[in-house]
Amino acid sequence: MLSTDLHILVIEDEQPIRRFPRASLENDGYRVSEAVSGEEGLRMAASQPPDLILLDLGLPDLDGQEVLMRLREWYTPPIIVLSARDQEPQKIKALDQGADDYVTKPFSVGELLARMRTAIRHANHIGPEATSITIGDLRFDLAARLIYRNEDQVHFTPLEYKLLVTMLKHAGKVLTHRFLLREVWGPQNSQENHYLRVFVASLRRKLEADPARPRYILTEQGVGYRFAAE
Amino acid sequence: MSDVRPNPDQLLAQVKNLEAEAKRGSLKIFFGYAAGVGKTYAMLETARHAVALGREVVVGYIEPHARPETQALVAGLEVLPVAEIEYRGVVLREFDVDVALARQPDLILVDELAHTNAEGCRHEKRWQDIEELLDAGINVWTTLNVQHIESLNDVIGQITGVVVRETVPDRVFDLADDLELVDLTPEELLMRLSAGKIYVPEQAQRAIQSFFQKGNLTALRELSLRQAARRIHTDVESARRSKSVNQPWATSERLLVCVGPSPTTARVIRTAKRMAAALDAPWLAVSIDLTGESASSQVKQRIAQHFRQAEGLGAETVTLPGQDVTGTILEYARSRNVTKILIGKTKQPRWKRLLFGSVVDEILEQSEDIDVYVIHGEDAQEHLAISKRSAAPTKKLPYVMASVLIALTACLAYALQLLNFSDAEANSVMLFLAAVAWAAARYGRGPAILASVLAVLVFDFFFVPPFHTFAVSDAQYVVTFAVMLIIGIVISTLTSRLRAQVESTRLRESRTAALYELGKKLSSLYGNVFLASAAGVQIAEMLSAEVAIYLQQSSETAEVVYGQNSVIAKHAVSLPVAQWVIQHDQIAGAGTNTLPNAIALFLPLIGSQRTHGAIAIRATDAQRLLEPDVRRLLEACASQLALALERDQLAIDAAEARIQAETEQVRSSLLSSVSHDLKTPLAAIAGASSSLLESTSHSENTRRQLLESISDEAVRLNRLLENILQMSKLDAGAAAPNRQWHVLEEIVGSALHRTTRALASHQVSVNMPADLPLVFVDGLLIEQAFVNLLENAALYTPPGSQVAISASVDGQSLRISIVDNGPGLPVSAEDRVFDKFYRAFPAADSGRGSGLGLAICRAIIFSHGSRITASNRPGGGAEFVIRLPLSKDAPQVVIE
Repeated sequence: MLSTDLHILVIEDEQPIRRFPRASLENDGYRVSEAVSGEEGLRMAASQPPDLILLDLGLPDLDGQEVLMRLREWYTPPIIVLSARDQEPQKIKALDQGADDYVTKPFSVGELLARMRTAIRHANHIGPEATSITIGDLRFDLAARLIYRNEDQVHFTPLEYKLLVTMLKHAGKVLTHRFLLREVWGPQNSQENHYLRVFVASLRRKLEADPARPRYILTEQGVGYRFAAE
Repeated sequence: MSDVRPNPDQLLAQVKNLEAEAKRGSLKIFFGYAAGVGKTYAMLETARHAVALGREVVVGYIEPHARPETQALVAGLEVLPVAEIEYRGVVLREFDVDVALARQPDLILVDELAHTNAEGCRHEKRWQDIEELLDAGINVWTTLNVQHIESLNDVIGQITGVVVRETVPDRVFDLADDLELVDLTPEELLMRLSAGKIYVPEQAQRAIQSFFQKGNLTALRELSLRQAARRIHTDVESARRSKSVNQPWATSERLLVCVGPSPTTARVIRTAKRMAAALDAPWLAVSIDLTGESASSQVKQRIAQHFRQAEGLGAETVTLPGQDVTGTILEYARSRNVTKILIGKTKQPRWKRLLFGSVVDEILEQSEDIDVYVIHGEDAQEHLAISKRSAAPTKKLPYVMASVLIALTACLAYALQLLNFSDAEANSVMLFLAAVAWAAARYGRGPAILASVLAVLVFDFFFVPPFHTFAVSDAQYVVTFAVMLIIGIVISTLTSRLRAQVESTRLRESRTAALYELGKKLSSLYGNVFLASAAGVQIAEMLSAEVAIYLQQSSETAEVVYGQNSVIAKHAVSLPVAQWVIQHDQIAGAGTNTLPNAIALFLPLIGSQRTHGAIAIRATDAQRLLEPDVRRLLEACASQLALALERDQLAIDAAEARIQAETEQVRSSLLSSVSHDLKTPLAAIAGASSSLLESTSHSENTRRQLLESISDEAVRLNRLLENILQMSKLDAGAAAPNRQWHVLEEIVGSALHRTTRALASHQVSVNMPADLPLVFVDGLLIEQAFVNLLENAALYTPPGSQVAISASVDGQSLRISIVDNGPGLPVSAEDRVFDKFYRAFPAADSGRGSGLGLAICRAIIFSHGSRITASNRPGGGAEFVIRLPLSKDAPQVVIE
């Protein structure tokens, strides 16, 4: 999908990791600028605000989280963070701080591009305010609050429904446990993660062909869940 | 035969001595032949010179002098404070060793080497204090008169008529590195005396007058000169010997001294020492432990005392068992190649000697080619000759019994007579003989003699005509009487000897058995505390004494390991004494010269590498512990314990070394494995990418393949590194599992998602009931474990194989199994598959696995307190089973 005129800022200190996304992004029609440090990134973002920022959490000068926080003080477009393996707490923190998504190094360009597109789409509310969404063999009639699988109606409890719709609203994006618990059970909730897991398991049993190998509700182990966008 | 080769042990001892000497302080003795020659003056003068040359000199103790000139020399030197000891209301001033040790001067002056310390000092003698100073590396100068030398003591006593009680062992004198003879002609000395320039204690006035006769002084002077000359000779000799190692011994002589309780022995020992020194020969002090000798403890004490003296003078002491003094001594002498025997002159009257024989005579007769020197002794107040026979017991009961026996026999004989047995007389005699024999066998010599006499009398009275009188009509009966008596004595002697021998053998045997038991017990135990307890119990039993054992780990203080509740341990002095003993490797405590106010005898536990501690023994009779054979037994036990402790320590050290080596091995195998596994994908990536860069004429297909290769190898490399990192983290125990309540199905699902590519050509099925309880695990770690198991299954089964995952509740745990229908595990490798770097079927492409996957699995499962097992299924294929413990308080969530 060509996305002309979209400006991407890559804040990454390692040159090889700047190089290969740039190649693919430019190939896809994005305009790419690079910053090699957190300070430079902040300056460049302020002077010429991009449409999306790719931010490495492991920067040399400033802690990536710090950059993220400072950006989010005024910058609203999507930020996708690059993190390393076994950094789940950092990923969760970044997401809670306002990052839209993450990719784990080493990552494939395809993965990156998919998440970027999702993030941009959500940010710009691209696409009509759909009341009816079809993904795979699922059809969601949001106005009527009905959900069909292979055109058979599937029944959910109110909380299940709320959870499902929340995930659907952010389809393609990773959602932390905390975010989901807050959205579904309210900001004052004191539930623990396993509460969510049990509900998700129930959803899977109702929606997935093989609950043990889900196609729609994907687990981001240690972080949260992601509802497949397509 | 003379020894031509130098004894290697002696040479080793010499080397060791040299080493020890290097660390020891040096001793310089200012030696003179009488009080007043000016030893102290010379010492102080020389010391002042030393101070002028810049040496650090400190005055430890100087005897207060009448000579103001001497006293004046002290001024200006640093004087250490003396110890003040109260003794019977008088305050005595003594040299304070501890102050000197603390001060650690380069050189210290301590007067009067032979002085006896007051009670309450650490050592009995000043020379012991000085030895301690030397051991600590402090140089010492001291003064000594010739009459204080032990081996000369009696000679000088003879010459001067004054016996000096304070003696210094010869070995201490020989220790001196430097000897300075302070000489004065007797005339000058006498002039000084008359001028009042010699310090003389009031009490000794008269004795001193007789002492200071010109004849005496000349003789003393000669002795001192000779002693000094001998010193020089010794120095020359040892210098010569150390230069030429192969020099044979200068002498092939060996001396033997017979040691008994008699005081004459003391002189004989000293004579032996002088002779041995003159001949440069080794010498032995031998005592016979008379079996059946129910000797008074005084006798034994005397012998022990003499032994100590002999040991102090450098003899080897031996105690031999035996009945026959002469025979035993000579046999031993021959076996040790003794060339000269020294024995004390006996004071027994001639008739006794003729009747019973004397040891001296017998030795003279039987000594054949061994020279015998008979040395006369001093007059002694008490005189206990070495008796050849055993002494008689003094109990009353056996005598009574013997009399009763004779009476019974008389009745029996009378009865026989009544029955008119022919030759009743002979029979009666036989009966009485039998009775006497019986009495001898059962009751000992005294009662036997009594029985004999009674038998004779009774026989005479009742059975020999004229009856009922003591007269004897026929002289034949005299023979009968005599024979009865003799038989009684012979049998009783034989049986009592036998009994005594048996007794002594039994005692020896029981001691040997106890020692053997100790050894056996110690060899089977491990652990300091157990070893010490075993030894302590055994030794306490052996000696019927109280035992406490102190052990010292390196550089810490000693502590009681056995006998914490004993009287020994509770005594305040015990711990410092134990420390001292451990430090100095010397015996100390009750009954010895060192620290005699301790309530127990302390022996060091000397091992081959270091001294491990000390053993303290408290017996009601402290002197018994110092008897040579008991002491040897104790030393044997102590050395056994020390060696056992050492063996134990070495075993621990060996185990640690082994663990260290194994760790090293794992580390090196990790390095080699990793380097190989990293190089392979890197080589592929480098190769493929360089190929792409260099050549532009690849077909599209080829380029695609090369690029795929790069991509795949990069993924593989990443996986390998992840594995290594994970394994290191798990090994280091760095991350404790972050446990939360999880839905198992979800974890399996995400693991399957991650292994989609690996399992692309396999048929995967999942079978889990919907109502499985939640499990309390670390989601990321368990997911990793599943990923590893699935990858493993994909790797070791051919494409198209089936992989099935199932879970079920099994009692208190959740049973999860992953099975495949591939070739299965190698036989007998069911446990080894989980070892690091173990790869089944090492073959060409199986290098794809890192060898760590299953090891990581096991570590993860283990950190959750669970187990994972691998086995071959009966129908083919492998099965991996994980059991996760289920908790009763798993949360139940209701879907609403």
